[in-house]
Amino acid sequence: MSLQVTNISKAFGGFKALSGVSLEVPMGALVGLIGPNGAGKSTLFSVISGFMPPDEGAIGFDGRSLDGLNPAGRARTGLVRTFQVPREFAHLTVRENMMAAAPGQTGESLVGLFFRPGKVREEEERLAEAVSEVIRFLRLERVADEPAGKLSGGQKKLVELGRALLVEPRLILLDEPFAGVNPVLIGEIMERIRELNGRGIGFLVIEHDLEALTRLAPQLYVMDQGRILTMGAPDAVLADARVREAYLGGAV
Amino acid sequence: MDAYLAAIAIIALIYMLLSLGLTLQYGLTGLINFGHVGFFAIGAYTSALLSLQGLPLALTIPAAAVTAGLAAWPIGLISLRLRDDYFAIVTLGFSETVRLVITSEKWLTNGVQGIPGIPRLFETISVGIGAQLAVMGVILAVTLVAIYAMRRIVASPFGRVIEAIRDNEEALQALGKDPAGFKIQVLILGSALAGIAGAFYAHYITYIVPDQFIPLVTFYVWMAIIIGGVGRVSGAIVGTGLLMLFLEGSRFLRDIVPGVSEVEMASLRIGVVGLLLVLFTIYRPQGLMGDFTKR
Ligand SMILES: Nc1ncnc2c1ncn2[C@@H]1O[C@H](COP(=O)(O)OP(=O)(O)OP(=O)(O)O)[C@@H](O)[C@H]1O
Ligand SMILES: [Mg+2]
Repeated sequence: MSLQVTNISKAFGGFKALSGVSLEVPMGALVGLIGPNGAGKSTLFSVISGFMPPDEGAIGFDGRSLDGLNPAGRARTGLVRTFQVPREFAHLTVRENMMAAAPGQTGESLVGLFFRPGKVREEEERLAEAVSEVIRFLRLERVADEPAGKLSGGQKKLVELGRALLVEPRLILLDEPFAGVNPVLIGEIMERIRELNGRGIGFLVIEHDLEALTRLAPQLYVMDQGRILTMGAPDAVLADARVREAYLGGAV
Repeated sequence: MDAYLAAIAIIALIYMLLSLGLTLQYGLTGLINFGHVGFFAIGAYTSALLSLQGLPLALTIPAAAVTAGLAAWPIGLISLRLRDDYFAIVTLGFSETVRLVITSEKWLTNGVQGIPGIPRLFETISVGIGAQLAVMGVILAVTLVAIYAMRRIVASPFGRVIEAIRDNEEALQALGKDPAGFKIQVLILGSALAGIAGAFYAHYITYIVPDQFIPLVTFYVWMAIIIGGVGRVSGAIVGTGLLMLFLEGSRFLRDIVPGVSEVEMASLRIGVVGLLLVLFTIYRPQGLMGDFTKR
């Protein structure tokens, strides 16, 4: 049981952004995905999450094919992605951003909203508590009731992560979760990711902060020019000459 | 209250219903509906025709809401496939199509001659100012119910989701929610409100012709919510008030300034509408009551 990406190709016009990419993330694993700018990492996330149809290849999750599902359907299987450039609900508060993410709310149907107000209120109270917990977890208390559009770039990344946590995820695709986040908080978030991972949530993490990622993920995939170069334990991968060539320019 | 003020209040309430519908669709959900008047027309003709068949208004007005709402359903299905700007054009085309149909289907609508003699509300029980106040009371009650319902929606999980659609549809999809159903419900609800407004209009004016349902009506409503502040129920209310002030004020102006014909005044109004929209968009995009951000 895993996320199974098989032989995915995707071209934009004549440009091959992905060529025959295959990878596997076992359920509950914590896997890193690195590669130079433009390697195709975010494109791969878009294909996996259903936002871009691949030209070729198949995506399976937990033993079932995702190929016929739209992005929302894929998220409902527990496979949740975040965006590299934060896509906050700008006019909703941080709290509301997260509350909007929770599944199965009675008050999201007009019938429920007008005819079962008691149930809606009860659910809202319970949800508000769960959200407060996530907000504390991400150190967002101070801005909890600010419109998300007014937050800093790093704070918006945290909102992205927080929303994903409320979807009841089984595997989260994190696209550069540490970009713009201060180092102290990066350390704390890594701690939280480990904690969540300990509770059985899997992660596939794109990150340019190699120092952080190698401490976090016991396994890395490396992409370059739309292909998987190699995979394995961080030390071995980073020692690989092809990786140094492509990604590190031989500087390490 | 004299008859003139009552008349203005009734028209204001009718515009208020239209503004509330558009606030739901655009202000809260981000759907650019440039064809609002089409649903207003469907409501007006539905209720007028049914009432002339002898049906009681207590049935024909809800029927107007239903037909206008149903007409929005296919438009909603289209909206799911189009980018915002194309959807705007489709809705504009829709309302013009409605106008063409009611102009040409003479057997049903009497074409450009229009439908005279539409029954009034409370026609049989009272006359004069008393009747007018009663009509105003009914429309006011319906408007208050609509405002109440809108406020409930804004404060609810449903409201949260439609505002999320407005702010970033893809992010919502990434969280496992399909915008489609929400958008369709919002279009249907907003159009049903426009349908009710149309019915009240028909029964108040008692005479409807296709020319009353031109896109300018849609743009008056847009002006109201942009000036008042899109995305806020209070914005729709304040904006509609100002719109009425503007429409009636310009009528006064024509009466006191000699040598301005109705045709010239009409052109002038359109010019002022355009100017106000440009000025507000540049200098106060959030409108008078504030923008999408509620808090
Ligand atoms: N929608 C698109 N249309 C055309 N080209 C695209 C599109 N999306 C991505 N690309 C191209 O595909 C390539 C891979 O982009 P992608 O965003 O996946 O890279 P990345 O590995 O995430 O890079 P970074 O680390 O800088 O985020 C780039 O050359 C980019 O210009
Ligand atoms: Mg990227």
